[in-house]
Amino acid sequence: MYPSKEDKSKIQNDSDISEIIDESIILEKELDKKYSKSSLYKDAWKRLVRNKLAMIGLAIVIIMAIIAVFAPLIAPYDPNARIKEVSQKGPSMQHWFGTDILGRDIFSRVLYGTRISMLVGVVAVAISLAIGLFLGALSGFFGGISDAVIMRIADIFFAFPYILGAIAIMTVLGPGVLNVFIAIGILGWSSVARLFRSSILSIKEKEYIEAARALGASNSRIIIKHILPNSFAPIVVYSTMNVGTAIIVEAALSFLGLGVQPPTPSWGKMLSESLNYINTAPWLMFFPGLAILITVLGFVLLGDGLRDALDPKLKR
Amino acid sequence: MFYYILKRILQIIPVIIGITILLFVLMYIIPEDPARLILEKGATPQALQNLREKMGIDKPIYVQYWRYIKQLAKGDLGTSYRYRRSVNSILAEHYPNSIKLAFAAIIIETIIGILAGIISAVRKYSFLDVLVTISTTILVCIPVYWLGMLLQIGLGLKLHWLPMSGMGDGSIKYYILPAITLASVSTAFVARITRSTMLDVLSNDYIRTAYAKGLSNNSVIYKHALKNALIPVVTYIGIDLGTLMGGAILTETIFAWPGVGRTIYLAILQRDAPVVIGGTIILVLIFVFLNLIVDIIYAFLDPRIRLEGGSSLDL
Amino acid sequence: MENNVSKSVVENILEVKNLRTYFYTDNGIVKAVDGVNFNLKKGETLGIVGETGSGKSITALTILGLITIPPGKIESGEIIFDGQDLLKLKINNLKHFRGNRISMIFQDPMTSLNPVFTIGNQLIESILTHQKISKKEAYQKALDLLDMVGISDKKRRMKSYPHEFSGGMRQRAMIAMAIANSPSILIADEPTTALDVTIQAQILELIDNLKNKTNSSVILITHDLGVIAKYASRVMVMYAGKPVEFASINDIFYNSIHPYTLGLIGSVSKLNEEKKERLKPIKGTPPSLIDLPKGCTFAPRCKYAIKICKESFPPSIEEESGHFAACFRAKEFLNKSLSRD
Repeated sequence: MYPSKEDKSKIQNDSDISEIIDESIILEKELDKKYSKSSLYKDAWKRLVRNKLAMIGLAIVIIMAIIAVFAPLIAPYDPNARIKEVSQKGPSMQHWFGTDILGRDIFSRVLYGTRISMLVGVVAVAISLAIGLFLGALSGFFGGISDAVIMRIADIFFAFPYILGAIAIMTVLGPGVLNVFIAIGILGWSSVARLFRSSILSIKEKEYIEAARALGASNSRIIIKHILPNSFAPIVVYSTMNVGTAIIVEAALSFLGLGVQPPTPSWGKMLSESLNYINTAPWLMFFPGLAILITVLGFVLLGDGLRDALDPKLKR
Repeated sequence: MFYYILKRILQIIPVIIGITILLFVLMYIIPEDPARLILEKGATPQALQNLREKMGIDKPIYVQYWRYIKQLAKGDLGTSYRYRRSVNSILAEHYPNSIKLAFAAIIIETIIGILAGIISAVRKYSFLDVLVTISTTILVCIPVYWLGMLLQIGLGLKLHWLPMSGMGDGSIKYYILPAITLASVSTAFVARITRSTMLDVLSNDYIRTAYAKGLSNNSVIYKHALKNALIPVVTYIGIDLGTLMGGAILTETIFAWPGVGRTIYLAILQRDAPVVIGGTIILVLIFVFLNLIVDIIYAFLDPRIRLEGGSSLDL
Repeated sequence: MENNVSKSVVENILEVKNLRTYFYTDNGIVKAVDGVNFNLKKGETLGIVGETGSGKSITALTILGLITIPPGKIESGEIIFDGQDLLKLKINNLKHFRGNRISMIFQDPMTSLNPVFTIGNQLIESILTHQKISKKEAYQKALDLLDMVGISDKKRRMKSYPHEFSGGMRQRAMIAMAIANSPSILIADEPTTALDVTIQAQILELIDNLKNKTNSSVILITHDLGVIAKYASRVMVMYAGKPVEFASINDIFYNSIHPYTLGLIGSVSKLNEEKKERLKPIKGTPPSLIDLPKGCTFAPRCKYAIKICKESFPPSIEEESGHFAACFRAKEFLNKSLSRD
């Protein structure tokens, strides 16, 4: 693979660059070996590991992922089981986070809620990435009319209030997990497209792309093999942060009654259910909110750390 | 300057048209008959049909859209299905509440955010800096409505310091909790942006020149550094004002604030298309115009910027 | 002691003694200025010469207390100005000297002026910071200053922003700010490096003229020996944070007794020389200030180096009157037993 952003910053004089062009013309495979991405990302990884906050973020993300996958094994109760005797009880040894009015164990429901949040975060961001990368590539690589049209549409999406847009789409599609994926995914594409377009524009004119073109590489090959790896860093950072945003929006939609429907445990839904009881049972609102905060914090810290690790020049 | 503003205003038109098309299609897809919304449940099919014809909603979507655009050009946002009132008057009633709340939030984020950012930058790595960094990171991740609920419980319910919700008589005490809630995330962003641009600016040569002139630390920081550092901060705050005016749905819901965000949200739930479309158009207009104003302020703050060469809607 | 000080004040306006400015970085301690001694006489132009990273700019910044602490730290030294040790002053007292008694002109006029304030604003600020006069008087004074530094169309220029000025004009504006309070010392830190060659001479002439007019002293920091030859009366040559030779302009150019100075002179083309000799660059590169070689810092590049050079750093010794050098073989150069090849 060609050297990506960080590596290029090290290549400063012309002889280094011309060396790369020459070699790219000789044999691409050789280059793959020589500038192996592994060493490059090893450096970034080392910087990431040294960053304590990023490691805390990574730990949170991993723990949340484990909880999401193994929720049935970890949770002490069935999240929907109603135990009449313990209706609306505060935290205790039996029920760490207390119970709700129906006698459901909040701890188990919070654990299960991880599943929806993590799933929505990851899938919605994947959808944003798919749409954004495709349209961004179309826009940046081919320019012209497609660029103008796509960027104007991106403007429209950008000017549209985010939560309002999500609410409107959910109203049209109707509630449900799948529709939450789609709504949040569709709303997030414009930033990805802008980001990808601008990095394509800056990379497109570089000599090694010209060289690859001279070799007869097809456009899609150039995008996948050369441009994507080079714009990898900002997109990874943005997407990591965006998972956090998606989790917050999902919770907001569910909070407003438009997202995940009961009885599936969702943090946002639990918060809206707790609204009527904040006087008598404040623990109902406390733990789901804390869970959202911690999970989003994990992704934000990790994203911050990734940015510093992948592009040391950006470090504040 | 005039040419630039004109150009920017002309660029807004396609965005507005795009948004109306988007909303129109969205509201058209909703499988709900507006005539049924308006008439009582027992209405005869004939009555429904008559109303549809009167409203023009039996026509194809493009005919309806054209009618709406013609109407919009005259400044008429149509009539609400639910309230049978003009959308203009509904928005006129609720908009001021949202704007007041947004301004209250902007005041908080400007004062606290900029101050925290400056302190944090000037005393880099001090206890205060660490405190600002930690609290801004947490504020960015906190769901606003949860923060609102915590404030309601703490300051309203337990301590009885402030009213829990509503606008009451419109006095300041009703504004405090919703404004803090609405401002929370933005305050964190303002503090972070101020800190990083301030650190950036303080490393510039002209700061060294200012010290070499014999200026006091305060003149250097609050005159020479701050004016440069404020440029990106002002940009953020301007754009944020637009966002806060439209994005206050959650805050307005939690605090039962009779604002426009809540009005549009309820209209969506009630399939009241004219209110949704009209309200959103106004939101977007405000958002885009504020961006334009920010760009003009920008040019005043930074003499190096020449407006004539302005880019498109790169917000 | 008391007498000593007052005696030296008569002829020396500034005395720098054993100055050490270090920077504590993640990679180690950077000894940017490591034992600098010099004196500045009233009315003279003192040149400080050295390569990038030789510590000449840091020396100047230390005098005005413009080193960022941390990572910087002033390890030792005295900077005696007007009978006072500037290093012992609190920042609140030091600021009365900055821009008032001692002014500085920086290398890059493009970045040294604040982009968001007009030239007039920045100029008037300089005046009002140290003089208790009305704004109107200050404005008038600012116009006079622009006149002195050769900026025409003054009233319009006062309202201009730095980006509307050319590089040479900005440096003129910087100079106007520096002389606004008639300082006793003007420190010019590579004032022409960032300018066009044609402008360079004008700016240097301007500084020289103003110095003569106001009877102030100038410290001229440069890496350009030609500039030094033309404007300075005495020269301090610095290498890797240390002064290696300090002498009158004549002694430096015609009677140098330090191999580094000899190398510097050898690497400069002389137009008036008849023999078309090839320029002889000094071999090797300056050492990293973090990992200084043991012994003389120049020894690894010095063709005259002997065993002792690699073991300890030679002390700076006054080999003849007013001619200091830090070289174990300086005496040999002096009595011509060693040829200056």
